[in-house]
Amino acid sequence: MLEIKNLHVKLQEEDKVILRGVNLNIGAGEVHAIMGPNGSGKSTLSYVLAGREGYEVTEGSALLQGAELLDMEPEERAAAGLFLAFQYPVEIPGVGNMTFLRTAVNAQRKARGEAEISSGDFLKLVRERAKTLKIDADMLKRPVNMGFSGGEKKRNEILQMAMLEPKMCILDETDSGLDVDAMKLVSEGVNALRDAGRSFLVITHYQRLLDHITPDVVHIMAGGRIIKTGGPELALKVENNGYADLLAEVGA
Amino acid sequence: MSLQSRHRADLAARLGGQVPPSAGFTAHARVRALARLQAMGLPHGRDEYWRYTAPDLLNGPAPSLGAQHPQGQLGAALNPLVLTFCDGVFDAAASSDLALAGGQIALLSRAQTDLHFAQDIYGSLEERGQTPVARPFAALNTALAQEGVLLHITGKVVRPILLNYVAKSDNCDVMLHHCIKMDAGAEASILEQGGLGARGNLVIEADLAQGSVLHHIRSQTSDDAALAVTHLFARLHGDSALKSFTLSAHGRLIRNETVIELLGDHASAHVAGASLIAGPDHHDDTVFITHQGRACESRQVFKNVLKSGAVGVFQGKILVRQSAQKTDGYQISQSLLLDGDSQFLAKPELEIYADDVKCSHGSTSGAIDETALFYLQSRGIARAQAQALLVLAFMAEATQEIANPDLAEEMRAQIEMVLQRARL
Repeated sequence: MLEIKNLHVKLQEEDKVILRGVNLNIGAGEVHAIMGPNGSGKSTLSYVLAGREGYEVTEGSALLQGAELLDMEPEERAAAGLFLAFQYPVEIPGVGNMTFLRTAVNAQRKARGEAEISSGDFLKLVRERAKTLKIDADMLKRPVNMGFSGGEKKRNEILQMAMLEPKMCILDETDSGLDVDAMKLVSEGVNALRDAGRSFLVITHYQRLLDHITPDVVHIMAGGRIIKTGGPELALKVENNGYADLLAEVGA
Repeated sequence: MSLQSRHRADLAARLGGQVPPSAGFTAHARVRALARLQAMGLPHGRDEYWRYTAPDLLNGPAPSLGAQHPQGQLGAALNPLVLTFCDGVFDAAASSDLALAGGQIALLSRAQTDLHFAQDIYGSLEERGQTPVARPFAALNTALAQEGVLLHITGKVVRPILLNYVAKSDNCDVMLHHCIKMDAGAEASILEQGGLGARGNLVIEADLAQGSVLHHIRSQTSDDAALAVTHLFARLHGDSALKSFTLSAHGRLIRNETVIELLGDHASAHVAGASLIAGPDHHDDTVFITHQGRACESRQVFKNVLKSGAVGVFQGKILVRQSAQKTDGYQISQSLLLDGDSQFLAKPELEIYADDVKCSHGSTSGAIDETALFYLQSRGIARAQAQALLVLAFMAEATQEIANPDLAEEMRAQIEMVLQRARL
């Protein structure tokens, strides 16, 4: 599904290298987790994949189902099936959440050469998916993320994911700012979307989220590289011992 | 040459021997207007209210027409009564039958009787509006305008009245002067669309009696090179309400002046404007609202989107007289600068003599929010469309001032069209 090869990235504005050769292979239907200390480059990886400005790829590639993501505009990456659930979802005053969702769904349909969804079908779909995430009608009417609590913003991200039905979902610290109940709700939302044709990359600091969303593979990132890869037990080890042991082990 | 004598020299050249018509119910008002104009002269860049908008293009010869952007009929779904003016001349063939349920319509060029309902309005609101700020182009219009619509609204008029302007000839100076008399409890919607002419000078005088409601929506987006000065003078009696919205785009130089007097108690005036301008075009909103009655409310909401060297100007004043206790005044002017070349000049003025008053004003200039743009793009929305969404969101506070939801939607669609056309 997603194949990242030797990805090197620096900040455009300053001479600061963030990613130093990331290699990652995520198969169809797999859930991978990336853990790592602050400043290891986890969020940068997600932004670079989604196409945010301000980063310069100096080497490497990132293929989504064989297509080079790094050559595409952000909207083309979305149409190709990539979705990033933001760590800090953006508030957009004046743009209604519903308008935003419908515009996004239709834009992607258009990019794929499909007909626009009818208002009736769209409404039905959005209400049904919002309900399972406990997103009420008021949240759908309000401007995008305006006045939403931390938990509401993250649930709104998952709603967008559910509506857009991407192939490759990146969850950037979706657990940050969530209480226990909200985390459960968000995880259920994610788990409902798991299927053989959809892959996930879950970026997190804590084992907690991985109790709810069980990963197939866990990667540890440090200093802009993936330094260790293992099964779910690796996350538990980090939870119990911290990163120090692992860093020492690889001499990072 | 002193400033005063230069003003007069410009005026003599601009008048070029034209004299006001000497017959009909407007004759007296025209003589007075010409005398006012001769006393004040044409505006000059050193005049306080013309410092940010150079009047030269308005004082010299009228220009050639620019590229035209015809648009569909505004409010077509509401079956408006249409009056078409081609280069300022009434075009009966392109107009509706002038019969109106709930009111009466006449044309300035054909209304000669001395007992006309517009007699107390024509030139009189304009004259009041000359103090304390001189508005020479309005006086010029009163003196010389040959055509216009005289509307007497006596009841609740459901059909909007659409004033449809078509510009056809180069170097054509067009002046139109409309008078609107709203009887107590009357209600009407006036729509305006199109370009007046290569250079347009429009005056609307509206007198709103007790409890009347006037909606006014103007779309001036049709000509790339147009020069236009418009004045809306409105006098509001108790419990009356005026809602005015203007969408502007493309014109080379547009100045919209709105002068409102809230005379009665509990009257309400909302003036909103949305403009999208690319350089070298220049747009100016100049507003003067006087609160005289008690517990009146006024809102000024102006939004400018500027690009590649465009200049936007806002001069907005709220004057609260001592009698106007419990006034609620609000004013906001904002610009969205799509690049680093454009300029927005805002001059908010509040002059308050009453002590129990709520008045607020604000003005901001900012760039498009790149984070929001990326967020929208990351959901599959193309950059241009994402930008249009954010521009519409920026404009929302102004477009929300349009009471009719269909017309509000039409204005939003026009904004999107302008964005596509101008690749703003």
